[in-house]
Amino acid sequence: MKKIFTIFLISLISQVLILKVFAGSDGVLKANNELKEQSNEVKDCFETVNRGIFAFNQGLDKIFFKPVAKGYRYLPKPIRSGTSNALSNLSNIVTIPNNILQGQIKEAGINTLRFSINTTLGIAGIFDVASYYGLNKLDKEDYGQTLGTWGVKEGCYFVLPVLGPTTVRDSLGSIVNFSGGDAWYNVTIANNTEHFENSDYYYSRLTAGVDFRAKNLEAFDSLENNSLDLYASVRSLYLQDRKRKILNLNETTETMNDDDWEEIDTQ
Amino acid sequence: MIKYKIFYILFLFTFLIKPLSAKEPSTLIKEIVDEASIILSSSDPVESKIIKLNNIAEINVDIDGIGMYTLGKYRKSLNDDQKIKYKKLFKSYFLKSFSSRLVDYSDPKISVISEKKINEKYTIVNTILEATSKNPEIKIDWRIYTKNPERPLIRDLIVEGLSLARTQKEEFKSIIQNNEGDINYLFKSLEEFIIK
Repeated sequence: MKKIFTIFLISLISQVLILKVFAGSDGVLKANNELKEQSNEVKDCFETVNRGIFAFNQGLDKIFFKPVAKGYRYLPKPIRSGTSNALSNLSNIVTIPNNILQGQIKEAGINTLRFSINTTLGIAGIFDVASYYGLNKLDKEDYGQTLGTWGVKEGCYFVLPVLGPTTVRDSLGSIVNFSGGDAWYNVTIANNTEHFENSDYYYSRLTAGVDFRAKNLEAFDSLENNSLDLYASVRSLYLQDRKRKILNLNETTETMNDDDWEEIDTQ
Repeated sequence: MIKYKIFYILFLFTFLIKPLSAKEPSTLIKEIVDEASIILSSSDPVESKIIKLNNIAEINVDIDGIGMYTLGKYRKSLNDDQKIKYKKLFKSYFLKSFSSRLVDYSDPKISVISEKKINEKYTIVNTILEATSKNPEIKIDWRIYTKNPERPLIRDLIVEGLSLARTQKEEFKSIIQNNEGDINYLFKSLEEFIIK
């Protein structure tokens, strides 16, 4: 565990140094859109290696995740909804501390109530009873998003084997999960408890992956069939999605940088 | 009597020459969605569906505008011949990609929820693609170019907050950048996609 902390601290210090470089360039007045675009750009520092890992992940998806996700689709809908609900309920234990760290006290309260109701009355989260009482599901939050709301920049974009796209900031967020920030990890792996096994954690993560893949079978196929450069498309979608989640935007209009559109005049 | 006739003719003209009226962006989307839904749920062969869907796109989507946007900074470095070639290639690429994405849906149910005017040039129309037994509900926002209010045009689709035009722009940029800034590699990739 000490090693993880050391790595975490070194990464954090290097991240702060990177941030300082970014902060130094903020003072320069960038007059044109090209420069604006560059300053907003997340660097793909090891693109050649990343493309290799991406290809490996694609292969793994073809031989494992996609077929399993297809099979999962054949399960009766109540079983799939129940699984999805239980996993969503479990994610609250990471979302709630992050709500608090981001100053979202009302959301933290709603998610705590949702978690309590669904874990008990909803039988381990299988049934979303809380929604029935008017406590609707809110967006998930994680430590990567919290760092983002605190002003930490993305750092480099890279691809992890099996886990897929990430950034330095999001990886730091994941390290917090393994350093006590995820209560589910704590009770299954970090601490020996009588109630849970290590495998419970891995099963839950694997099922979450399969559930996500099953929900996006057609979307992934469509993306794959219509992309000229699938790697670049996935990178763009990942970074857009993270940006939107960090800004907690429901209104999509604000996620767009309109500068480039303003230049295009066809009427 | 002549005065009366002139007045009468002018009066008729006011009805015959119906003034072009501004079309609300949400009305445009509703019409397109309804039209596409009829095509997709019909028993027509796939080829016929594709032709009909492409017709809708050609009339209602600003394909040239999207093409220029997706080129990003590289649009400034194109000469006139390259511009003509790119526009032609992009149009074929766009229509093929557009119809192949849609044709898999048998009967999509899309409801218009609201619209928000960003400025004189743009309005965002918010819609929902209803959940099916396979897929969850999906939010789709449409960026409508309204500089000419009589002929609003679609410029982008934002699916769950992810802009398709922006994704395409970054994809094109990656292809050009990884080939030493040579735009011809993008042309080659587009050609390969079109004949695929």
